Amino acid sequence: MAVKEKEVKQPLPPLGTWAPAVALSWLVPGGGHFLLKRTGRGALLLAVITATFLCGLMMRGAMFQPQRGDLLTTLINTGGFVGDVASGILYLLSVWLGYNQVDTAGPVHDYGTKFLVTAGLLNILAMVDAFEIAAGRKE
Amino acid sequence: MNLSHFEAAFLFALFVSVVMGIVTKNTDRDRLHYGVYTFVCFIVALFGLGWLMYLGHG
Repeated sequence: MAVKEKEVKQPLPPLGTWAPAVALSWLVPGGGHFLLKRTGRGALLLAVITATFLCGLMMRGAMFQPQRGDLLTTLINTGGFVGDVASGILYLLSVWLGYNQVDTAGPVHDYGTKFLVTAGLLNILAMVDAFEIAAGRKE
Repeated sequence: MNLSHFEAAFLFALFVSVVMGIVTKNTDRDRLHYGVYTFVCFIVALFGLGWLMYLGHG
């Protein structure tokens, strides 16, 4: 009979050990990995997340803005906005340079919008990975 | 950029698989295996759902 092992809750390491890596990871995709001397993985993350975001831009995807309304509207638009912002410098640069695509009907635009949000969500995964490496929970 | 549904979904699968492989496993060998596994799952789901919609449409 298989015995289910209880997961031991690990204490949060000091802020100074992981915060710079996580912050840099948000700002520059893969940046936290570069800081932690995981250059290969950092370069791959930078290339893939940037490519995802650029594909989204080239497909003229729309950026989400937080909106209030019924529950679904709030959830989709706020969640989408968080996903967009999670791309860090890619999002900031595109907004500062005036990218402002209105939400248009069409499969390509729709894919573009999803690619933009996905780039941010993938960057959140990269931030979590950087946290785990910085905290010594992962190689 | 004007991609077809398949091209866009293929690119999406490729990008997501690479990141999933990198962040979930501990060794390069496991990362490669998991990345390829995730990509194959995406493509199987893509074709499976495509056929399902085609056949369901009648």
